[in-house]
Amino acid sequence: MEDRVTETFREGVVVKPYERLSPDQVEWLDEASLRILAEPGIWCYNERAASLFKAHGATVWEEKEKHSGCWRVRFPSGLIKEAVARAPSRFVLGARRRENQLLLDAEVPRVYFGSGSEANIWIETEMDDFVSVHDGSLTVRVPRFTELRGNTGLLSRAARLCDKLEHLDFFIRPLNIQDPGITPENHDVNKFFASLNNTTKHVQAGLTKLENLNDVVRMAELIAGGPEGLRGSPIISFIACVFKSPLQMVDDTAEKVFAIVEAGLPLVISSSPQGGSSAPIQEAGMVAQINAEILAGITLTQLIREGAPVLYGSVPVRARLDDLHDLYGCPEFNQYNIDCVQLARFYKIPCYSTAGVGDAKVPGMQATFEKLFTHLYMAMSGAQYIHYAFGLLDRTNSFCPVQAVLDNEQIGKIKQCLREPKVGPSVVEEMLVTVKRVMASSYRLYARHIRKAMRAGEVSSPYRFEAKGLEDRVLEKALDHMNRLESERPPHLDQVIVDRIFDEIPGLLPGLREATEGEEIRYNDLRAGSKLCTSKSS
Amino acid sequence: MHEQELIEKIAFNVVQGRIEAEDEGFDEGLDGQPAVTELLREALERGLDPRPIVIEGLSKGMEVVGGKFQREEYLIPDMLASAECVGAAMDILSPHLTKAGVESRGKFVIATVAGDLHDIGKNIVSIMLKGAGYEVIDLGADVPTERIVKAVSEYQASFLGLSALLTTTMRVMGEVIEELQKAGLREDIKVLVGGAPTSEGFAKQIGADAYCKDAFQAIDVLKNMSSG
Repeated sequence: MEDRVTETFREGVVVKPYERLSPDQVEWLDEASLRILAEPGIWCYNERAASLFKAHGATVWEEKEKHSGCWRVRFPSGLIKEAVARAPSRFVLGARRRENQLLLDAEVPRVYFGSGSEANIWIETEMDDFVSVHDGSLTVRVPRFTELRGNTGLLSRAARLCDKLEHLDFFIRPLNIQDPGITPENHDVNKFFASLNNTTKHVQAGLTKLENLNDVVRMAELIAGGPEGLRGSPIISFIACVFKSPLQMVDDTAEKVFAIVEAGLPLVISSSPQGGSSAPIQEAGMVAQINAEILAGITLTQLIREGAPVLYGSVPVRARLDDLHDLYGCPEFNQYNIDCVQLARFYKIPCYSTAGVGDAKVPGMQATFEKLFTHLYMAMSGAQYIHYAFGLLDRTNSFCPVQAVLDNEQIGKIKQCLREPKVGPSVVEEMLVTVKRVMASSYRLYARHIRKAMRAGEVSSPYRFEAKGLEDRVLEKALDHMNRLESERPPHLDQVIVDRIFDEIPGLLPGLREATEGEEIRYNDLRAGSKLCTSKSS
Repeated sequence: MHEQELIEKIAFNVVQGRIEAEDEGFDEGLDGQPAVTELLREALERGLDPRPIVIEGLSKGMEVVGGKFQREEYLIPDMLASAECVGAAMDILSPHLTKAGVESRGKFVIATVAGDLHDIGKNIVSIMLKGAGYEVIDLGADVPTERIVKAVSEYQASFLGLSALLTTTMRVMGEVIEELQKAGLREDIKVLVGGAPTSEGFAKQIGADAYCKDAFQAIDVLKNMSSG
């Protein structure tokens, strides 16, 4: 069964991991995390989790004086080690389209990139022409940006665009939905439907309310062909930030962890401490603490159900020292994150990591610098699952679709840069033959002999959005490319499935169904338009 | 194989960029099948007239290649592979064409000037011009000025192409033109210059007839000169 499921999956890029830490340093950090979990231990605000830990040998007592509903938990190192060892090293994240499945294997540094965050703001970009005040005959094209409030329509658009971005491997909704009809009770079903109806890639999200889990799972089952189909190749998975740093296990998220694990679906145990406020700023302290938090979370999943598929979710960030906001595009961010990837590899658990976030508010040089800085390093680290990588601006506060298009180009180049070297006896022999042939020819030119590699996609292309003259037209060209991608047919679910979902799942906004039909009309209009153009020119 | 079929196969292999049977083509699975050289030899052994081979085989093939390049189906390596096919074919056909009284589009002497060892661009222009039907006399790289002038005189060439990649060697192009002038050859030859540091302005400054930014422009310039 597993072979059948894992035979098709996205290629990603298998890298030779760059490691900062020596084996000794990895062991010192592991030991430090275990010592943190033993003393002072964690502050657990969920009674069920505290009881489960106690039943498996942790020292647990209720903190009655200072907090109500808080249990102190001190873990013997053996409990953590045994539980973590039970987490699977290898599993599949499914997708509506089978070739979009992801094969996560902690022992293979196959890197996938995806989107992420739940930004409130959508940044729309359009080009405008401006005339020089000195010379009326001179005009320049400049981008103008507009902020829009995130809603289900824009989330659907983001999912459709991300489906078309060839280097985006999985979809985590990059946008929060704030339509007037959205409430905490229907938030989950609408965000999952808007995503699943518009992308054929793996869909992952947090769960807003525990009570919505059954509806979300039922929706996914309808799409995946039933409960067994969903568990065999889970087209959805979840993110649970079960720790509020430092070292506090959150009550309602812990309940969600119980429910998701019991539902048999994969999840990320994620922690995001901020070096300088909720964790030490020094590398050793930050990594020891976040690792302790993640290990405790993973232990919970394995005590609930042995072998539950879980990702080691590390999102350590650093504080800006001028305003104490998160600082992503900085050297310490890479250092913390690469260390965590090494620790995940040490525990043989696939790693959910982070790249592509910065302080830039709009696409441009700063955004490119900050993103490249982390995209490249984190890909080099060999993290299996890198989120936040597409379209985010202003830290994680805005999603800009044209930035996602730019990030796609950057990530494509990084994947190509880090691919495995194609050097082996047969290739070397082939090259020696070519050298002899070229040296025997009149012009000693290799151009004719690169065609096979060129056709096989082994030769990279120039930057997709370059301009020929003394001008920067990157944004204009990226926008044109985005418009082309957005005019392609959306990958909507079959109407029969959409109808069943709307019949069975309460709370879905009628607009999402109408939008589905509307998009078909829009797509058909576009097709008709392009046909008209063709007939005109011919 | 019927004669027409043989010529069409030559054209097909020009489009595929296959000189010899062991070459891969643009499409998969052609390795091992006779290519331009083998087909041409067969045609000549069978006594085919070389003129339709050039017109319907080589030139027609290159026309198709040009179209594919314009439509961005082909990239430079594809174009060069096809041009090399035509160049190799012309080497074989030349004596037969001379015998049949067929002339080339013109004699084109080309060289990278003295002090400059860079020859990739110059080679590409050579290949493309040969593929376009010119008789190319390629003198190589780092060629002394007197040798260039001598070759122009000896071959009675109609065109001279000068190439340089270095800002320190581009001035030698001007010296070549001066020497042509002194030798009384300047009026009978069109001088085309190219290479990364050169420009339209530089060409005018040294008294060249044309600046070509690449091989494609060189072909266009030559066509205009011939029709003019």
